[in-house]
Amino acid sequence: MKRIAGLAIGVLALCAIVLADNALLINGAGATFPYPIYSKWFDVYHTKNPNIQFNYQSIGSGGGIKQITEGTVDFGASDGPMNDEQLKAFQDKRGTAILHFPAVLGADVPTYNLSGVNAALNFTPDALAGIFLGKVTKWNDPAIASANKGVNLPAADIVVVHRSDGSGTTYIWTDYLSKVSDEWKTKVGKGTSVNWPVGLGGKGNEGVTGLVKQTPNSIGYVELIYAVQNNIPYGTVKNSSGAFVKADLAGVTAAAAGAAKAMPDDFRVSITDAPGKTAYPISSFTWLLIPQKFQDGAKRDAIKGFLKWMLNEGQDSVEALSYAKLPKEVVEKEKKAINNIQ
Amino acid sequence: MATTTTALKGAGPVTGSRSFFVKLRDGDEIARLVTFLFAATVVLITILLVWELWVNSVLPRHKFGLHFFVTQTWDPIVDEFGALPFIYGTVVTSALSLLIAIPLGIGAAIFLAELAPAPVSDTLQFFIDLLAAVPSVIYGLLGVFIVVPLVRTVIFPALNKPFGFLPIFRGPSYGVGFITAGIVMAIMVIPYIISVSREVLLSVPRDQREAALALGSTRWESTWKVVVPFAKTGIMGSIFLALARALGETMAVTMVIGNTPKIAASLFAPGYSIAAVIANEFTEATGDLYLQALIELGLVLFLLTFILNGLARLLIVVTTQKGSGVAA
Amino acid sequence: MLGLTGVCALFSVSALFFILGYLLFNGGTSINWDFFTKLPKPVGETGGGMANAIVGSGKILLLASLLGVPIGFLGGMYLAEFSGKKAAWVVRYAADLLNGVPSIVIGIFAYSLVVLPFKHFSALAGAFALGIMMIPITLRSTEEFLKSVPRVLREGAMALGASKWKTIATVIVPAAYRGIMTAILLALARVAGETAPLLFTAFGNRFESHGWSQPTATLPVMIYTYAVSPYDDWHRQAWAAGLVLLGLVLIINILARTILSRGIAVPRS
Repeated sequence: MKRIAGLAIGVLALCAIVLADNALLINGAGATFPYPIYSKWFDVYHTKNPNIQFNYQSIGSGGGIKQITEGTVDFGASDGPMNDEQLKAFQDKRGTAILHFPAVLGADVPTYNLSGVNAALNFTPDALAGIFLGKVTKWNDPAIASANKGVNLPAADIVVVHRSDGSGTTYIWTDYLSKVSDEWKTKVGKGTSVNWPVGLGGKGNEGVTGLVKQTPNSIGYVELIYAVQNNIPYGTVKNSSGAFVKADLAGVTAAAAGAAKAMPDDFRVSITDAPGKTAYPISSFTWLLIPQKFQDGAKRDAIKGFLKWMLNEGQDSVEALSYAKLPKEVVEKEKKAINNIQ
Repeated sequence: MATTTTALKGAGPVTGSRSFFVKLRDGDEIARLVTFLFAATVVLITILLVWELWVNSVLPRHKFGLHFFVTQTWDPIVDEFGALPFIYGTVVTSALSLLIAIPLGIGAAIFLAELAPAPVSDTLQFFIDLLAAVPSVIYGLLGVFIVVPLVRTVIFPALNKPFGFLPIFRGPSYGVGFITAGIVMAIMVIPYIISVSREVLLSVPRDQREAALALGSTRWESTWKVVVPFAKTGIMGSIFLALARALGETMAVTMVIGNTPKIAASLFAPGYSIAAVIANEFTEATGDLYLQALIELGLVLFLLTFILNGLARLLIVVTTQKGSGVAA
Repeated sequence: MLGLTGVCALFSVSALFFILGYLLFNGGTSINWDFFTKLPKPVGETGGGMANAIVGSGKILLLASLLGVPIGFLGGMYLAEFSGKKAAWVVRYAADLLNGVPSIVIGIFAYSLVVLPFKHFSALAGAFALGIMMIPITLRSTEEFLKSVPRVLREGAMALGASKWKTIATVIVPAAYRGIMTAILLALARVAGETAPLLFTAFGNRFESHGWSQPTATLPVMIYTYAVSPYDDWHRQAWAAGLVLLGLVLIINILARTILSRGIAVPRS
């Protein structure tokens, strides 16, 4: 009798699981760079539209590109735009094109953990390249000290922290370093996953932030909001006009100004090392990767609805999380591009 | 077991395919068939698993061949993949964990088998079995918040100041690294060494001990010089079992090893292991070669654990049979 | 020297209590009603809970049992009652092989078999991976416990005219019932804490998942994600989740072993 009772409970439980309320679930995965704003957006959007759930997993831009190409998620997210090879791979595998939709503007910042130094250190492009190449090994190296006169830099070894997973944040960082350092360009190159000369690997922006926070004398690169939310200091970077700029809304918006006017139709553009006196040199768009054709009409409409919301009300909440709003011209162009999704 | 065949009116002897369906009317044959199918499923799943691993790692096997095992580069941008840093990391952390776990484990097993009275021994074994049940991610959690700072602030200065000239103790130390993974893994494999060694020691026949004692040896001498050597192969088996577990350990390692695919002499350096790199990079391996290189690593891991488990079982069986086979 | 071995034993056993104590200390205060009933909050905000992960873990474990237990149980029955020597050797060998496969490799297997063809991460894929891991323990234990039922029971039933399958169903299995239940519980406890195979099968979900074909949050994966993050609030929740998970695993283990100790001795897994 006990066995029959047990069986009955099992069957009921199964039914409960299967027949439970069916809100429309849309799965996405990708960049950790915009994860704070995405998770906020999806949470707010769900309260406004209780029948739609956007489940976003921050596994890194590399993961986003991979999973959307495999088709295991409905949309992807990446801060490194897909290159031509990846676009072709998507087309071959899924029989349709992949569209890029800029969501916000953000910044990679050099964040560090130096006891006694809470001020913002100034980093020149040479210093950053040297540190991540493993050539500048001590904190009081002239490459760093020359830009930070008056700061007491210890003679400690620099612990470099980078991403262990495929990352758009890495793409932005290495894209910048490739532009400002020929040695970096030839030795390492740019990509979501590179062969790092030195350093520890952390998983996601979260992992790098965690490692920097816990490891004395370390330096890593993270999206601005991660440094802000965790109260760890981050430095200024010298831009192409010679000014040391700290990452903030104004600096990022300035960096995007030039690109806004000349935005290509597929929205893939790099704004690192942008011209302009106030531009922050390690800024970037981050993109949602949406397939052009959808089998599932309900999902397509839900995604299109979200995109429209994101470009209107969504942009109002980005600044609170230290992301910059998309330039007006880009927003207009995107609204038109939404119609390409079928 | 007799199969009752109902005689069909006017029919001859039941042969061939007809016999199958006739037999099927018999409850026993159905039971046999059904359970056979389920048992066959187990075999099928195993074959399928090995097949999938083999088939899905064809690209790197053709491209790199045996070079895969001696290349140090892991560069997804230029599609250069080498397994050496991961094999190195897996071997070093496992060896380190065994170095710590073996003396502790065998010591504890000796205590439980030889010294402790039976109820104490059973209770302690009960707790050891519970220790074996603690999930890997919990070890990782404790590793991140306890062992990492411990290594950075206590163990590194303690070993580096006096012995820093040795390449294995050279700094700098970040907290995460080979040694941290080794320490965490040691605690994870101790229960396996203890439980199997204890059983093997318990199976050593009484007269071995008694003979030694009769010849005038002390308690310790009879244990260390007679009982343990008798059970030696079984204890080796327990070590192999522990090693097999250590090799496949994923979560605890990836949380404390530093995730750096580099070979370094220092124990305090960050590294990577096969299981850890698969866990970190599998979901984002863009490109078939990249993904299949990871699967090939999985295949390597599978083969290693397969060989070790087989050897372990052999050694344990040999010892326990030896124990029971010797005349009482 | 002998004293030293006692120290070793003490050290090993105290590791268990240290782990438990540390989790209680750090996670105990964070276990509140919210933890069990609320969904996770957006990144960086404090509060929220792990309701979806707890339900998700439960769901996946249920499905895994539905997959692993019948295969293990009936396969073990075949080995104990019906098979010949050669077939038995093959099945046992396969089960031992499966038992030794690292869980991450099983995750790879489940990904290629379940996630890719169906084109999404799902609770089913996670349950498939965990179910496979439950098979060897269940199979070997069922075989051993069925075999260890005394001959007299078997012969008595047959003397009364029962056919083989009736004997098995009504006499042998009930006699071995306790041992088999224990084995199932131990198998369940083992897979309850597994994280690696879920990383790319069940994936994760910030909301509750419905049905079994959607990505699902699970307790071990949440612990991992939260532990390596930089947010203190997430660390706090990771401790609490660790305590819940460990508590669950230990309770199942203790239950299983005490049930069994009133019956036959526990065979080594």
